Amino acid sequence: MAGSGTAHLRDRADALLRVEHLVVEFPAAGRGRKVHAVSDVSLDVLPGETLGLVGESGCGKSTLGRAVMQLPRPTSGSVRFGGQELTALKGEPLRRLRPQMQMIFQDPISSLNPRRRVGDIVAEPLAVWRSGQSHGDVQAAVRAVLADVGLDYDTAADRLPHQFSGGQCQRISIARALVLEPKLLVCDEPVSALDVSVQAQILNLLEDMKARYGLTMLFIAHDLAVVKSISDRVAVMYLGKLCEVAPSDGLYDAPTHPYTAALLASIPVPNPEVRPGVGGGTLSNDLPSPIDPPSGCRFRTRCPRAGQRCAEEEPVLRHCGDDHWVACHFPVGKLGQALSHTGPDAMAD
Amino acid sequence: MKPVLLDVAGLSTTFPTGRGPLIALDDVSLSLDRGRTLGLVGESGSGKTVLARSIMGLLPAHAHRQGHVWFEGQDLAALSPRDLRDIWGREIAMVFQDPMTSLNPVMKVGRQITESLRHHLRMGKDEARTAAVDLLDSVGIPEPKRRADEYPHQLSGGMRQRVTIAIALACWPKLLLADEPTTALDVTVQSQILDLLQAKQAERSMAMILVTHDLGVVAGRTNEIAVMYAGRIVERADTATLFAETRMPYTESLLASIPRVERPSHTRLQAIAGRPPDLVTRPGGCRFAPRCPYAQPRCAEEEPPLLPAPTPGHTFACWYPVGTPAGDEALARNTASNEASNKAADRAADGR
Amino acid sequence: MPEPQPDPASADVEHGSTGRRRLGLLFWASVGWLGLIATLAATADWLPIPDPTRPGVAPARQPPTLHHLLGVDVLGRDMLSRTIHGARVSLVVGFSSIAFGLLVGGAVGVLAGYFRGRFEAIAMGTVDVLLAFPALVFALALVSFLGPSLGTVTLAIGVLSIAPIARIIRASTLAFAQREFVLAARTVGARHRRIIVNEILPNVIPAAVSFALVAVAVAIVSEGALAFLGLSVAAPTPTWGSMINEGRTVLQDAPHISFVPSAAMFLTVLALNFAGDSLRARFDVGEGRL
Repeated sequence: MAGSGTAHLRDRADALLRVEHLVVEFPAAGRGRKVHAVSDVSLDVLPGETLGLVGESGCGKSTLGRAVMQLPRPTSGSVRFGGQELTALKGEPLRRLRPQMQMIFQDPISSLNPRRRVGDIVAEPLAVWRSGQSHGDVQAAVRAVLADVGLDYDTAADRLPHQFSGGQCQRISIARALVLEPKLLVCDEPVSALDVSVQAQILNLLEDMKARYGLTMLFIAHDLAVVKSISDRVAVMYLGKLCEVAPSDGLYDAPTHPYTAALLASIPVPNPEVRPGVGGGTLSNDLPSPIDPPSGCRFRTRCPRAGQRCAEEEPVLRHCGDDHWVACHFPVGKLGQALSHTGPDAMAD
Repeated sequence: MKPVLLDVAGLSTTFPTGRGPLIALDDVSLSLDRGRTLGLVGESGSGKTVLARSIMGLLPAHAHRQGHVWFEGQDLAALSPRDLRDIWGREIAMVFQDPMTSLNPVMKVGRQITESLRHHLRMGKDEARTAAVDLLDSVGIPEPKRRADEYPHQLSGGMRQRVTIAIALACWPKLLLADEPTTALDVTVQSQILDLLQAKQAERSMAMILVTHDLGVVAGRTNEIAVMYAGRIVERADTATLFAETRMPYTESLLASIPRVERPSHTRLQAIAGRPPDLVTRPGGCRFAPRCPYAQPRCAEEEPPLLPAPTPGHTFACWYPVGTPAGDEALARNTASNEASNKAADRAADGR
Repeated sequence: MPEPQPDPASADVEHGSTGRRRLGLLFWASVGWLGLIATLAATADWLPIPDPTRPGVAPARQPPTLHHLLGVDVLGRDMLSRTIHGARVSLVVGFSSIAFGLLVGGAVGVLAGYFRGRFEAIAMGTVDVLLAFPALVFALALVSFLGPSLGTVTLAIGVLSIAPIARIIRASTLAFAQREFVLAARTVGARHRRIIVNEILPNVIPAAVSFALVAVAVAIVSEGALAFLGLSVAAPTPTWGSMINEGRTVLQDAPHISFVPSAAMFLTVLALNFAGDSLRARFDVGEGRL
């Protein structure tokens, strides 16, 4: 995996968000060493679509989400939002675009200021952008958005975040993100810190809010079952690169990258008759260091199918099925077999 | 005849708060035999962690504990802190959710293992060192000799959790309490760690209690399961029975809230509305009633006791159990009245 | 479109501690003592006590009597009056030096912790140099340059307090600036000044206030030490430090001369520490609950 390429991108005019050749690097301890968090990733999201981005911790998925928001700015590459090149914008023009793209975070406690009242937290975006609005209008807007996320203004507005449960804090975060009626919502692991029962509430809420506010979403998580449940299209990420991009049902039906297959196999199944880990090669070892990533395909050190070619040549995303793209020299499953029969690069374009 | 390994009888734990006592654990009884694994499942605040810690006797000083914890016929609840220390690590060991906070950040990982070997098993320095390296090797840590000389922050999250497991296993405990051991980890690492725990449990015929909020985690890896809600056990059965013959609506709801990868995307999840009750001012009757799709007037008035189901060893606390005529009827009644009120609401909305 | 799920429980009062920790007797006793000292110091000129600089109101070194409740000193000056007037210097120096330190050091700390980067490197490098500089040498130099006065000693202690305050405030800022609510404010498009005022300061100030109270205690002791060395306000204006110094030579014959200002200073410092600690506990929002 761990491939580059832009073959999977759709028509430029259609996409609300289009990321091309995105690279994010951080300085690491030691002279001249760098963390290669995101290395040449391209993806796009159409208006009204939910793109799921899935991968293990340390694969760069959260970094990518933040680079889309330009917080911090990517090292190189292009981020086009609604036709505007964000990486070229500076200062005030970029700030003017911010209300259109909002973000929610993993830790519901950390994403709310512990000393501000919930009413003020949700009103803050309005205070930044509509300072001329009357107190009554602001209150009405906050009341409406809190009601949308299932909270009652009269009981919630005067309380501090620590008086709410994790799931309720996440609702407050969602209300804050929605109060400006954004076009794009970047969700960075919004349910990973929650119990399964609360997780289901929040996932349903996000689906409802997507319909009500006409949102386009970039949904980042490490749990493929969660990502599949909410996304139209899924991009699988490994160590700063993309492995596979496909419609979510297609990805489950025919996982073509060995890493996707392993991710699917490691999902716990709530059925005592299914022996865990049987049938799919679950992964051994840990993610290699992003400071010194493996040559060629970055997944090869953990891949059961890796060969000589994988160390020498980086695979590029190629077409393998209906809107299904994979970056692997030795793909698996029915699509993988079809690909091998037609020759490795026959379907590359 | 040898007594069962662990027999918890009428265990209650309360915490004083400004608003009155918070009953975190309310009259819980359960037993576990040698070499068996028990999954303890519930939402945050259900009391599952408090139960694990009450068994260990690892509670904050202001907590008040009542009842008995019989471990091989000895009541741990009656032991002095000093005697308990000989039990901890040696007879019962614990693995916590967050390996970063349960490991000592300024001590090499090898030393953290040898400490307990030397203290409990009176091993010599070199012997303990060899045993520690072997332990690290046995929990799947590559290059155990080199890793033994590293500090916790030099290891990944999964490796750290392997180290805490190695520490817990060091003195061959008879019971391992794993409190959400994989909640802080990725799915891929989660399955590795659960495989490891399962392998070690079988290899040493050690008993294990696996605490989690995810029924999926315990499904294929435990002999029996106890589901907790608001400080009580509400259903308990062999793992296969619990999934096949679910009786308690709460268990059914927990199961239904898990996103299934085999379903088409955008399938609406069956979330449990609302939140667990306040454990200080909790209402009478069944504690799950306010959130229960089966709830009837009786549920709000009378608290159901833990009753046996036809299958031996299966108990549940519900007046209108899932999969029984009474339950089906209750659900049908609630569905009908919901539809009626929805229609009324629609009519009202249309009339406006 | 389906309705969002109503959360029936959201209407009820929350779990966990809604009532905050009470401040307790110790806190109010401390505040009472500080209030008493401050009131006495402020109204000293109108109180029915002798002029603190007038010698010979009673035989020198006389222990406490009904007329002179705390006795008189080596020159026969009234100790009660001197202690009350001495509190003026101690409190003014203590509070204004720390206010100055908080203003400068706090600003440096917040900016360094929030913006990081080169500013932080330079600011914190300077702070390290300041911390390494011998404090006494600095105070000596300043006093010999500007002459001993209330202003000089306040400035000296104030400047010396900048470095530790900047360090503490920076650490506190850093902890909050990395939290996601700050990132959330940036994604909303809030400007840096707004983020610092609305998101950072409300979290940093409570910790800063409780630390400042402890710092005031240190400043009062420092003034005492400087007075002891004759580097504070010039005689005959009384300060607690200079009073202790005056009693030092007659410690065996008339221990009350050193003891009275020492006790006043001790109680004041203790009260400031207690008040600071209680406030810190009080302002701790319950984030790490059971």
